[in-house]
Amino acid sequence: MAVDGGSRKLLTGWGRTAPTAATVVAPAGDDDVRQLLADPPSRGLLARGLGRSYGDVAQNAGGAVLDMTRLSGLVDIDLPGASVTVRAGTSLDTLLRQVVPLGLFVPVSPGTRYVTIGGAIANDIHGKNHHGEGSFCRHVESFTLLTPSGETRKVTPDGDPDLFWATAGGMGLTGIITEATVRMLRVETAYCRVDTDRLPDLDACLDAMQEGDHRYRYSVAWVDLLARGRSMGRSVLTRGDHATVADLPARRRLRPLAYGPRSVATIPPWAPSQLLNPLTVRAFNELWFHKSPRHEVGGIESIPAFFHPLDMVRDWNRVYGRNGFVQYQFVVPFGAEDTVREAMRRLSEQRCPSFLAVLKRFGEQPGLLSFPRPGWTLALDLPAGLTGLAALLGGLDELVVEAGGRVYLAKDSRLRPELLDVMYPALPEWRRIQAEVDPKGVLRSDLARRLGVLAP
Amino acid sequence: MRNALGSVQTVLVLGGASDIGLAIADRLVGDGARTVVLAGRRPERFEQAAARLRTAGATTVDMVGFDADDTTSHAEVVDKVVAAHGDLDVVIVAFGVLGDQAASEADPAEAVAVARTNFVGPVSILTVVADRLRAQGHGDIVVLSSVAGERVRRANYVYGSTKAGIDAFSQGLASALVGSGVHLLIVRPGFVHTKMTAGIPAAPLSTTAEVVADAAMAGLRRRARVVWAPPALRWAMVAMRHLPTVVFRRLPG
Repeated sequence: MAVDGGSRKLLTGWGRTAPTAATVVAPAGDDDVRQLLADPPSRGLLARGLGRSYGDVAQNAGGAVLDMTRLSGLVDIDLPGASVTVRAGTSLDTLLRQVVPLGLFVPVSPGTRYVTIGGAIANDIHGKNHHGEGSFCRHVESFTLLTPSGETRKVTPDGDPDLFWATAGGMGLTGIITEATVRMLRVETAYCRVDTDRLPDLDACLDAMQEGDHRYRYSVAWVDLLARGRSMGRSVLTRGDHATVADLPARRRLRPLAYGPRSVATIPPWAPSQLLNPLTVRAFNELWFHKSPRHEVGGIESIPAFFHPLDMVRDWNRVYGRNGFVQYQFVVPFGAEDTVREAMRRLSEQRCPSFLAVLKRFGEQPGLLSFPRPGWTLALDLPAGLTGLAALLGGLDELVVEAGGRVYLAKDSRLRPELLDVMYPALPEWRRIQAEVDPKGVLRSDLARRLGVLAP
Repeated sequence: MRNALGSVQTVLVLGGASDIGLAIADRLVGDGARTVVLAGRRPERFEQAAARLRTAGATTVDMVGFDADDTTSHAEVVDKVVAAHGDLDVVIVAFGVLGDQAASEADPAEAVAVARTNFVGPVSILTVVADRLRAQGHGDIVVLSSVAGERVRRANYVYGSTKAGIDAFSQGLASALVGSGVHLLIVRPGFVHTKMTAGIPAAPLSTTAEVVADAAMAGLRRRARVVWAPPALRWAMVAMRHLPTVVFRRLPG
C-alpha cells in the first residue's frame, strides 16, 4: 500500500476548527502500515481514529493520515483473566457491544463510545474514575507498536517502560499502534447505581467531592457556568458504581447484561452558529439544574445514560455551527482551589455560553505527556467565534501555569507554544525517547507543528 | 499552523514597504505570530518596519530581496523563505504601483511597466505561493485588490485594469483552492491614505491602512472570499456597477 493511492481530504478535529488537507489512506492490516512507514511522504504521516479529539492532534497538513478504523475487531477474549486483545482501530462502541453481555466493561470510559483503542492509548484518556483507577493506559497490559524504523515491538509497562509511557499520551508520535491487550472490569449488570446531589455553589461542590469521592468508583460534577454571584459554581454531582443484580428492579433482573445503545437524534449540517447563545444556554442550564434531584441515593441508570449521554445525539458538534468550538480543560494541584474559583469567576463574568462544563478530581498518572496529575480538573466547551475568547483563555492559561497546572493537549487547539514546556516538564525526556524510535522525523501532526512538540 | 482562534505563526509580506501589508502583519503579530518575512526590492529599507514588528512581539523578522518584475526569480525566493522559516501560514500579496496615467497614455512602455508590476508579477508569485501552500495543506493568502478594478474609470484605467485583472485571477484561484486547506482572501480597499497615494486628492469613502487591515483580519477569521474597506464601499460599488456608461463616464475624478 502506498500513500499515492489515498485521496486528499480536509480534516478537522471534533471542534471543527482549523481544517487542513492531508492524503488519507486506510490500511487494512499491519503489512499495509509497515509499507506506509517504509515509504513516507515528505511531510510525514500520522494515525487517526474516529476524529473525536477536539483540536488538531489527529491532523497532518500536507502529509499522510492513516485512517485506522479498518483495523477493527476483537482478536481474543480472556474471560477468566478479564482481558481483551483488540485491533487498534476498534471503537469502544464495538468493543462494549461485544463484551458487556459477557459481563466485562472497559476499565476507563470517556464521555463518548466513539473513540478507538489506539486513540485511547495515544491520548491516555481518562474518565469519571480517574481519582481511583487512573487513566486508560494504567490498564493496558501491552500494545503492538510499528515504528518508523521498521520494527514491530510488543511494548509492556515492565518490559519497556520508557517506550510504553512515552507512547501513553504520546499523541501518535512514537509509532503506529496496531493492537492492544487491555484489562477489563467485571460487571454484573449493564447498569449503574448513582447518587445525585444538587449543590448550590462551588464551595459546596468542592467540599462534597473532597469529602466523599473516595467512596465512589465514578464521580463527576456538572457545573452551571452561567450562574454568577452567590450561586457561582452551582452544580449537579453524580457519583456511582456498577450496579449489582440485587440493585436492579425486578423487571431488569431477567436480562441484567442487556446492552444495545441507540442514538435518538442528529444535528443537521446547517445548524446555525448562533444556536448556542447566553439565552439558550441559560435556559438549558436552568432546566438541567432544576430537573436534577436535590439529593437522591441509589438511582439506576443504564451504561449509555450514565457514561455517554451525548452519544444519543449524533454529530452533536454541529450544534456550534460553522465556526466550531473549542474545548478547554485544565488541571491544577489540590490546594489550588482558589485557581479553580478564579477561573470560574472569569468564565461566569464573561457569560460564556457553555452548557458542558464538568469538574472532577484526578489521581496519579505515570505517562510522560499524560494530562492527568493529582488535582482538580475543569473541562468546558466554548463556541470558537466568541468575542474575546483568545484573551480569556490566554489569561486562564497564565493562572493554570502559576498554580503548577496544565491543559489537555488532546483537546487543545489554541495554546501559546511558549507554555508547552512549562506545563509538561517531562517533555525533554519524552523527546529523547521519541527521537530514538523516529530518528528521521516520519511521524508528524498539526498539533506538533503548532506547539513545537517534537525536537527541533 | 493557524490555531482554532485564528492565531498564526509565520507571515510573509510580499511588498514589505506596503503600509497595508505591514498593518495586517502588525495585527497578526498582535494575535500571536512570531515570525514575519518582509520581501521587497529594497529590503534594506525595511529596518523601521522590522523594529515596529519586533516591538509588537515578533521574535524573528527577516528581510529578503524580491522583485515582482523578475518573475523568473519568484520560485527561488519563496523556496528560500520556506527553507529558512518552514510553513508559511499567511502570505500577503501587497506590492503594486499607482503609475502615472498620463505618461502611460503617452508611452506604451510605461503602461506595460504598470501592468507588469501590478498584474504579471502577482500572477507569477500567486502561482508559486498557491503551489507551495497546497503542498503544505494549509495557509491563507491575502491579495490586495482595489475598488478601482471594480468598474474601471477613465481617470486611472491603466492602474484600474491591472487591479481588475488580478482580482479576477484571484477569484479563480480561490475557487481552485477549495478543498486544499488553503484559503484566499481578496481585499478591495477604496481610496487609502498611504505612501502610494500621498499628494492625490482623496475620493469619497476614503480610508486608512488601519481600517483596511482590520477588514482583512475579520475576513481571515471568518474565511471570507472578499472583504471591502470600508465595508460601505460594497454597496456603493453595487450602485456604481449599474450606472449607465454615459452617466458613469461623467462622474468627477
